[in-house]
Amino acid sequence: MKKQVTISVSRRGFVAGALAGSLAAPSVLRAQSAAIKVGLIHPVTGFVAYNGQQGRLGGTMAIEDINKAGGIKSMGGAKLEALLGDSQSKVEVGVAEVEKMNEQGVAAYIGCFQSPVTIAATQAAAKYNTPFLVDVAASDVIVNRGLKNTFRLMPGFGVCVDDGIANLGNINKAAGSPAKTAVIVHESGEFGTGTAKLLASKLPSIGIEAKEVIAHDNPTRNFDNIALRIRSIAPDIVMMSNYQNEYMLLARTLFQQKVNVAGFYSILGGGFNYKFVKEMPDVSQYMMDVNHWFNPKSEKAQALKKRVEAGGALFTFEVYLGYSTAMLLADSLERAGSADKAKLTDAIASSTFKAELMPYGPTKFVNGQNQGAKPAVMQSIKGDIEVIAPEEFASAKAVFPKPKF
Amino acid sequence: MLDPQIIFAGVLNGLLAGGIYVLVAVGLTLIYGVLHIINFAHGSLLMLAMYAVFWLWRLVGVDPYVALPVVTAGAFIFGFVLYRLVIGRFSHGRDENVLLITLGLSIVFDNAALLFFGGETQTIDVPYAGSFVQLGAAFLPLPKLISFGASLLICVILGLYMAKSDTGKAIRAVAKERQGARLVGIDVDNIFAISYGIGIACLGAAACLLMPTFYVTPTSGNAFVLVAFTIVVLGGMGSFIGAAVGGFIIGITEALGGLFLGEQLGQIGISLIFILILLLKPTGLFGSRA
Repeated sequence: MKKQVTISVSRRGFVAGALAGSLAAPSVLRAQSAAIKVGLIHPVTGFVAYNGQQGRLGGTMAIEDINKAGGIKSMGGAKLEALLGDSQSKVEVGVAEVEKMNEQGVAAYIGCFQSPVTIAATQAAAKYNTPFLVDVAASDVIVNRGLKNTFRLMPGFGVCVDDGIANLGNINKAAGSPAKTAVIVHESGEFGTGTAKLLASKLPSIGIEAKEVIAHDNPTRNFDNIALRIRSIAPDIVMMSNYQNEYMLLARTLFQQKVNVAGFYSILGGGFNYKFVKEMPDVSQYMMDVNHWFNPKSEKAQALKKRVEAGGALFTFEVYLGYSTAMLLADSLERAGSADKAKLTDAIASSTFKAELMPYGPTKFVNGQNQGAKPAVMQSIKGDIEVIAPEEFASAKAVFPKPKF
Repeated sequence: MLDPQIIFAGVLNGLLAGGIYVLVAVGLTLIYGVLHIINFAHGSLLMLAMYAVFWLWRLVGVDPYVALPVVTAGAFIFGFVLYRLVIGRFSHGRDENVLLITLGLSIVFDNAALLFFGGETQTIDVPYAGSFVQLGAAFLPLPKLISFGASLLICVILGLYMAKSDTGKAIRAVAKERQGARLVGIDVDNIFAISYGIGIACLGAAACLLMPTFYVTPTSGNAFVLVAFTIVVLGGMGSFIGAAVGGFIIGITEALGGLFLGEQLGQIGISLIFILILLLKPTGLFGSRA
């Protein structure tokens, strides 16, 4: 027969025990909770899922590397812990992720790829004064609202358009100014519409007239009509500003419909990457894109590229911008010596971090925008991507006007 | 004012786009006509078929058009088994359950595709992608011409099969009077599964015809589903001829709307047709009253 053991606890004893336990718990928790929580919010599902997954890859690789190198030394080697959030490519879900992570005690956020989601998410984080580092999102509205918690390492579409226009002017001039007119095709969201407006207003400064601005939805099933319209206008240049799927589909349709122009020139073309130029060399041949690009002369960038490709992924701008942004956060934590939100915000705002992967100057934030950030101009040439501007990073000369299809 | 040559080219482009819409809508209307349910998994199943085409090309080098019989047959089997093992079994004969099950399946398929294939945009670059036929101002890409012809042919074959074969007659009988069909000895559950299989087989064929000019991601099938619903309502729910005629009307409306009103506003034509048909002829162009 089993002996039954009864442990009797009086009500008073239970209360005393619980009290003692609750008093002891924080010190135990403190000892275990050295990790600094970082919220990574990206659209890993939905219509821009690929871009979101790439951004998450860059952020998590950086956090891994930071932890392997001993964590944040000024905080006793505190490790970074990534909280992974999925905005599902929707504004309201992105905001919900900010709220959820705030309850989990994040020290800072990184995200969110899409401009509308980023605008709303940074605003939500501002309520709690939590620093928000934008890894990828092009709209300048993000940093123009005076939010003290929002910082962007990469250039916005304003800088990309300015640089893109200046470089297009140089390329056109060098070729004897064959381009006099352009048609702009853009996605109808904040990113595409904002970019197209800026382009249309600034093209005349280099002697090119925007004959028409054409907006399209996401997703668009068929670009045949747009191709026809472009052919009927007969511009010298087609300028594009859209996300990956539509960029690729539009490029392919223009090729199939034999829309022959002097050049295709995209600003932040979502689909202009190694996969596109390697898998569709005929379609992509001589297309130009103003976009984020890593510093090809940086050994760290080349090493990271190898690691990413060895893992079966592409070394796209989301990866190296996500990585660089997480490194900026780690550098700021190191200097702040604390995950206190105010101290961390000050440390980011005064950062002179050198983003080694990028062709940027030292970081200098003015109203949350890094002034040292610059895009590059690339061209697809014979199944590879060559940098054609700025000159100090150029690996090839621009082919312009391009030969006919 | 647009050049008449451009308008002519626009109409031709609309007809070519309509060819694919027809095939997607025929599958949807067949499933509705027989099972009296809207298949919410239609877009997801189209996406899965597109991935099948992509992987056959990527791993074995099979051209999408060569893959057509295999993918169509595979899609039929998948649809048949899916109905037998999941939809039919768990719906317990209630239409609202079928709706929920197909909706649930679409969520499972979309997320499974994201898990296994990633969110990357996948395309097939066939050697004839740049070939075209010039007709006045219209440059008609060869892959779109092929898909248009093949789509029409498949619709005709399917129409003949439904009209002449015993199974086709049984499907029509079940669509018309379920209880009566059961009384004369038709295995209604089997006909449901066959009809669902044929509907999904149409998607398999559409996927083969789409991939040389389109792309696949875990959400790409949804781009065709809303337009397919509109076509089914326009043509008459359950009507084959309605789906065919509706597909071309929507294709041309979309093309001309895009040309005259711009790509975004041009889509308004599709919505207008949808509203007008609901107001003026709720049974659709070729539909009959239930």
